[in-house]
Amino acid sequence: MQGLPIQPDQASTIARSVDHLYFFITAITLFFTILIFSIIFYFMIKYRRRSPDERPKPIEGSLPLEVLWTAIPTVIVAVIFVWGSSLYFQNSEPPPGAMEIFVTGKQWMWKAEHPEGQREINELHVPLGRPVKLTMTSEDVIHDFFVPAFRVKKDVLPGRYTSLWFQATRLGTFHLFCAQYCGAFHAGMLGSVIVVEPDQYERWLAGSVLGETMEAAGERLFKENACVTCHLSDGTGPAPSLLGVYGNTVHLTNGQSLIADDAYIRESILSPAAKIVNGYKPVMPSFQGQLTEEQILDMVAYIRSLGKTPEKQEEGKQ
Amino acid sequence: MSTATPGTRGNAPRNYLNADYGWRSWLFTVDHKRIALLYMVSITFFFVVGGFFAMLMRIHLIEPQGALVQPETYNKLFTLHGVIMIFFFLVPSIPAVLGNFLIPLMIGARDLAFPRLNLLSWYIYIVGGLFTLYSAIAGGVDTGWTFYTPYSSTYSNTQVTAVAVGVFITGFSSILTGLNFIVTIHKMRAPGLTWFRLPLFIWAMYATSIIFTLGTPVLAITLFLLALEHLFHVGIFSPALGGDPLLFQHLFWFYSHPAVYIMILPAMGVVSEIIACFARKRIFGYKIVGFSSVAIAVLGFLVWGHHMFVTGQSIYAGLIFSLLSFLVAIPSAIKVFNWTSTLYKASISYEAPMLYALGFIGLFTMGGLTGMFLAALATDVHLNGTYFIVAHFHYIMVGGAVMGYLGGMHFWWPKISGRKYPNGWAALAAAIVFVGFNLTFFPQFILGYLGMPRRYAFYPAEFQVLNVMSSAGASILGVGYLIPLIYFIWSMRYGPIAEANPWGAKGLEWQTSSPPPTENFTQMPVVTEEAYAYGAEEEPSRG
Amino acid sequence: MAETHAESVGLAHQFEDLAQQHDADTLGIWVFLVTEIMFFGGVFASYAILRWLYFTAFAAGSHLLDVRLGAINTVVLLGSSLTMALSVRSAQIGNRRFLVIFLILTMILGGAFLGVKAYEYNQKFVEHIVPSLDWAPEGAILARLAPGGLDHAKLYFFFYFAMTGLHALHMIIGMGLLLWLVLRARKGNFTPQYFAPVEVVGLYWHFVDIVWIFLFPLLYLIGGRY
Repeated sequence: MQGLPIQPDQASTIARSVDHLYFFITAITLFFTILIFSIIFYFMIKYRRRSPDERPKPIEGSLPLEVLWTAIPTVIVAVIFVWGSSLYFQNSEPPPGAMEIFVTGKQWMWKAEHPEGQREINELHVPLGRPVKLTMTSEDVIHDFFVPAFRVKKDVLPGRYTSLWFQATRLGTFHLFCAQYCGAFHAGMLGSVIVVEPDQYERWLAGSVLGETMEAAGERLFKENACVTCHLSDGTGPAPSLLGVYGNTVHLTNGQSLIADDAYIRESILSPAAKIVNGYKPVMPSFQGQLTEEQILDMVAYIRSLGKTPEKQEEGKQ
Repeated sequence: MSTATPGTRGNAPRNYLNADYGWRSWLFTVDHKRIALLYMVSITFFFVVGGFFAMLMRIHLIEPQGALVQPETYNKLFTLHGVIMIFFFLVPSIPAVLGNFLIPLMIGARDLAFPRLNLLSWYIYIVGGLFTLYSAIAGGVDTGWTFYTPYSSTYSNTQVTAVAVGVFITGFSSILTGLNFIVTIHKMRAPGLTWFRLPLFIWAMYATSIIFTLGTPVLAITLFLLALEHLFHVGIFSPALGGDPLLFQHLFWFYSHPAVYIMILPAMGVVSEIIACFARKRIFGYKIVGFSSVAIAVLGFLVWGHHMFVTGQSIYAGLIFSLLSFLVAIPSAIKVFNWTSTLYKASISYEAPMLYALGFIGLFTMGGLTGMFLAALATDVHLNGTYFIVAHFHYIMVGGAVMGYLGGMHFWWPKISGRKYPNGWAALAAAIVFVGFNLTFFPQFILGYLGMPRRYAFYPAEFQVLNVMSSAGASILGVGYLIPLIYFIWSMRYGPIAEANPWGAKGLEWQTSSPPPTENFTQMPVVTEEAYAYGAEEEPSRG
Repeated sequence: MAETHAESVGLAHQFEDLAQQHDADTLGIWVFLVTEIMFFGGVFASYAILRWLYFTAFAAGSHLLDVRLGAINTVVLLGSSLTMALSVRSAQIGNRRFLVIFLILTMILGGAFLGVKAYEYNQKFVEHIVPSLDWAPEGAILARLAPGGLDHAKLYFFFYFAMTGLHALHMIIGMGLLLWLVLRARKGNFTPQYFAPVEVVGLYWHFVDIVWIFLFPLLYLIGGRY
């Protein structure tokens, strides 16, 4: 048996900085543990009872000491808090230009969809050195996408999208675990993140079965499910045109406004009556139960592609 | 000061144990001391059941593919282990056994404010326990003690409703106990017993009772909604029907975080009593320690979101919960420093209760410090959902709360039973527990950091060595728990008779006989001195 | 030390005197009511969140409730709180006859509330808008519930039944307590020195009333309709 591991691989851009914080907290923990243990052992020996009727003098307390041992821990935890929070905030948003991959968790497997159409089960190929953003949802219960080597983790929820990002710094195959109990084979929901050189990744994408890109699949579904009947692109239909919608502001009948993002598109497909665009009637039927989460992600990708400004759309057509 | 009841040799004088005989005198009692014993037997039973499940789990985890049971069974084992240990052992343990027994004695009262409500609390606890045992026998529950939706509400086909009902019912036992304690401590203190003369155990029980009364009702409504959802599939927690699974988590953790303070504050109270007695010294910083208990109870209600850092909630919410989680650690640190300072220039003896109290300080310090890894957002992302969490909470709940309970039992056993136990065996058991505990749970910190998630019925082979270490430790720990069970039972028949105050401790409970008479004091006490007046000059004349 | 009979009637063994017992009983019921606030608070908070998310659907559901019946019930319950307070006053001044009368009046008004509630629940079955037990809205009702989403309207009705149901359960328990008080009062159990049970039940009854005061606007008056 090889040496006992005590630290997982550092395989992402943030792993080292997370480990630094981890080691700092470990040092603080060790310091205070040893301090308290030592003082107690010392007192235990020095002040052990020597005769049965010893009566030590009572000591009420000491305000200066109380202030000291309140202030010092407060400062220490403040340092850890600031360090931990700023690292967390830094890591919360992917750098611009991150490539996207869409992940669906279900009992008890991981499914990944690359925008180019490549699909994987329980494996995730990513290129070395490029930021990757995962947009994730669950088809059933709450799961959690956890790659210890990257120090990333995020719950994967049904009914909404969550996301995480990472940039791999080492080639290799790394564990992917489900880290939120999800039923009988929670422990079996294992996967591998496979980090390859960028050109190898491109070859892998182009390689295997030729499938549709997510956008093309979405466009096909848009026609197959008759969305195109109402969502005419010139806006003359009973439903708003979807050109230029994604990423821009939408005004609703109840007076609220919001930015049309992935979650809004998904909700509009599954629960259209919840938010109605101003000036339109609530006539859209729900597609609950008719589309899988992956199909919805395909349509989101398609609608996203329509979301470029109308000028760009015109340019694209010409 | 009131008189000490004369010695107990010869014909056993009338006390609460021999005042009446027969099962009816126990099952229909309103004497807080008898009710405490009813609880003591019940929680010991549940501890054995929960511990049995833990033993099966640790045996199973010796092999990466699982050595003992099917995954579905393993999932039921960890669920019921958690439910039983938390709701049927830890939450009631010190409050319902030691709190019930000691609060009236420590404040110089004849009983709690509402004795019949006290008995009702025990019956409610038993009924809840029966529902839970039923759910275990009728197929088990596999949702984890946290019952996250939509798995528990829509997908699991195990006895979710039965166990939710069981815990719901038992919650009312906590609520009524907390209510009883609050009213008793406010309204029934002996003349001269001002708030700042109260033993710190009373402060701890008061703070715990605040959490009992404010937090448990939220658990009740949460489980009620969960049961309705599981039965009727209405959709409040189910996204497919327009509901929100995270709503359940917020509601659940709003109680379940304060619940962990329910489990630790009483143990801290016990530790204060033991250290003062065996160091023969007033607790350093008495008022600060008392206020810290209340501060922990209050702040404890504000940190529940730290269980949800990786759920995709707003990063700003995460920021606030992280800050508050660090703040709630400060009063606990203050207590540790004050207990340590109490040992300075003290006169320390090392009977079994003191060994448990010192063990508590060490293990609670370690467990509490590891909380910092989890309060810090960036590290929690990596550690959440792994064995690091499991190790952290076991250090506090087993290394802390259970050691506190055992220390308390060893300290007050002579008072409760009128008998003494063999100190040599007790010290040995304490040492075995300490060693076994660390061997069981320290490797789990490393496992978590390496990335082994919790609630795994099988695991990658690279984690095996640490798992085997942990299981070895668990077998030692089990032995350590078995030994006191044996000698406590043995002592009830064969132990030497205990005098009123075998430890030479301060506190009103030691001013009456061991065991006390049913009405607690032959003459109601009047208090004229501060708590822990160990250093006082000549004691005032007896009688 | 001998106490007069009046000073010790109803004195429980753990207390020194009736004043201490009364203090303890009163603090006890207030602490209990705080726990009830936390209990109802959980479902109120859940309701608030889901209503904020699905306002249109919740308003549509609310408009199907009968505001007149809800208002009548509010007045009835407020009246019962008045009679309850008067019964406490009667106990305080030792007027046994009026104590019993006002307790019975309170029970009558409470019964009226529950009767109206039963009628309203029955209406929901007639209209087939009871989640999971009889959910099949049709015709005009379906048309009114559809905007905002039928599933979300179903959530509204779930909260309607859960919250008013919990409230009704508390009322029924209260009626039982009132009956118990009537029986004890008729036997002459209560004196001006000892009437804590009446006061305690009174506080409980007022609390249940206050919960309704919140339920009525939250459930019946969403979105305005005037």
